[in-house]
Amino acid sequence: MTSNYNFAFLDENTKRMLRRALLKAVAIPGYQVPFGSREMPLPYGWGTGGIQLTAALLGPDDVLKVIDQGADDTTNAVNIRRFFARVAGVTTTERTTEASVIQTRHRIPETPLREDQILVFQVPEPEPLRTLEPREAETRTLHALADYGLMHVKLYEDIAQYGHIATSYDYPVLVDGRFLTSPSPIPKFDNPKLDHSPALMLFGAGREKRLYAIPPYTKVESLAFDDHPFEIQRWEHQCELCGSDESYLDEVVVDDRGSRMFVCSDTDYCGQRRAEQAA
Amino acid sequence: MYVAVKGGEQAITRSLQLLAEARRGDLTVPELSLDQIREQLRLGVARVMQEGSLYDEELAALAMRQAAGDMLEAIFLLRAYRTTLPRFGYTQPLDTNAMRVRRRVSGTFKDVPGGQVLGPTYDYTQRLLEFESTAPTSPLQAEAPLPDTMPRVLDLLDAEALIERIDAGVDPEPIDLTREPLMFPADRATRLQNLARGDEGFLLGMAYSTQRGYAESHPFAGEIRMGEVDVVICPEELGFAIEIGSITLTECQMINQFHGGNGLPPQFTRGYGLCMGEGERKAMSMALVDRTLRCDELGEPAYAPAQNQEFVLSHSDSVEASGFVQHLKLPHYVDFQAELSLLRTLSKQHAQHLNAEETAAQETSS
Repeated sequence: MTSNYNFAFLDENTKRMLRRALLKAVAIPGYQVPFGSREMPLPYGWGTGGIQLTAALLGPDDVLKVIDQGADDTTNAVNIRRFFARVAGVTTTERTTEASVIQTRHRIPETPLREDQILVFQVPEPEPLRTLEPREAETRTLHALADYGLMHVKLYEDIAQYGHIATSYDYPVLVDGRFLTSPSPIPKFDNPKLDHSPALMLFGAGREKRLYAIPPYTKVESLAFDDHPFEIQRWEHQCELCGSDESYLDEVVVDDRGSRMFVCSDTDYCGQRRAEQAA
Repeated sequence: MYVAVKGGEQAITRSLQLLAEARRGDLTVPELSLDQIREQLRLGVARVMQEGSLYDEELAALAMRQAAGDMLEAIFLLRAYRTTLPRFGYTQPLDTNAMRVRRRVSGTFKDVPGGQVLGPTYDYTQRLLEFESTAPTSPLQAEAPLPDTMPRVLDLLDAEALIERIDAGVDPEPIDLTREPLMFPADRATRLQNLARGDEGFLLGMAYSTQRGYAESHPFAGEIRMGEVDVVICPEELGFAIEIGSITLTECQMINQFHGGNGLPPQFTRGYGLCMGEGERKAMSMALVDRTLRCDELGEPAYAPAQNQEFVLSHSDSVEASGFVQHLKLPHYVDFQAELSLLRTLSKQHAQHLNAEETAAQETSS
């Protein structure tokens, strides 16, 4: 652990600012709280929001897991884990069940989370309406009025054009029946895990200087229409390593003749299953 | 057999070793000293300090060396370091009227009280590469020293009531953009803070666009001055002001035509640019963009990118922009997989649709 820096890099006043903002976020599920995002020693867009939230949450006894694309061994996940091992000296793990804080990019672990766990999402664009309305002053007004017609029209146009909703990740959700919220770019496969999750879910967008929360056991609906209900991705394949037919699969190109194989994106889930099968 | 990509940790360690080796270069060539960078690359040092929002030549030189001359990386290093520094207090407003001027030019009057002072400038160098190593020069001492203070050129117009009056006393207390999020609409003090930290290249392009017709703008360089200004703080426990040092600043005041509107009479209006160290290009660009962003306040029609404050202020920061553009090299397997399966569905539908149309066409023709 590097002692030139405060525990978990940020000074205690900054952590207090973050915790206050987080409390506000928990009190207003799905509402984007502006916060004084600091410049972190990792680039914007690489998880600075998640890193600041994790820094504000970590205590010396916490056990931290960091995943990117569901995997513990992708370079950015390795780098963020290295960062906290260096500036906070906390125990790190690759096991979902052992972690008290899990920072993630683009996935929710397959293993169900518990009440004593916190999931921290890295968020590139917190505003679900941004691609439809670039002006921040305008989107804040739309949220204040709960005016989400823009998004409903977009989804309707998808159906009119393709026969179904053509959004496969970062699929918008309505949190606690009030705020339209970006679940971060997780595949819509993971959206059902947001609903009534026992674990607290926190979202940090460092570059955009916003954070928000989905408190435990909060209702989270993926937007849909009565005659076009929400559906998640399905595969014709099973994981070729562990045989799971209910996990999210990554497609891997294995040669230059177009051969593919499908494997679990959640490396811990896949590894645990294989260990059980070997035992 | 596919083996999941393991060993990210080792790969990162090895990559850092390669980087260190590449950065140092040929070991028979002596390493640059920080003094050399400070003394001989002073404009680079100034830019890193300015956009890194930290006035420390030593640290800026260190960042430049560590970044192997990549200025945006050096700025990023300085910003990240800055996060860890405690705040002791805020200075009193800098008095650029009392600047010990080393350069001062005006494009609006042939001569001004205090005179035109070229100072050290690249403006008239003719840009011929100097192949021989430069011999030390010994500049001649002026016959008379420059005056301690020089009146601002814009104040001369102010005396005639031809230029808008700015009453410094009515300015609201500015927010600290490094501690508070940027919210819209942003007031002028907040906009100027953002522009001061903004990327020079971005501001230069934005400023240039206003001259080429994307926003009506008829600017004159009222005054550009560069020199040293004292920094004064007033610690609460002392109750009186003390001078803690001096810094080099470049200040630019643009004069812009304004035909009146929004209840204001026809008059000259101001655009303001300020940066740490010698940074004339940045200060001038900032002044043009500042003036353009005042379109709402002055009731000017807003249609150009440089007049749109959300557009300009949200995209001016090189650390934000560079991080987000380059985050695309991170893995996106999961999203890409989701898009891949969606695209396969869409293309299957498209093919079925075409088939159905063909069949229908054959049936009608037969």
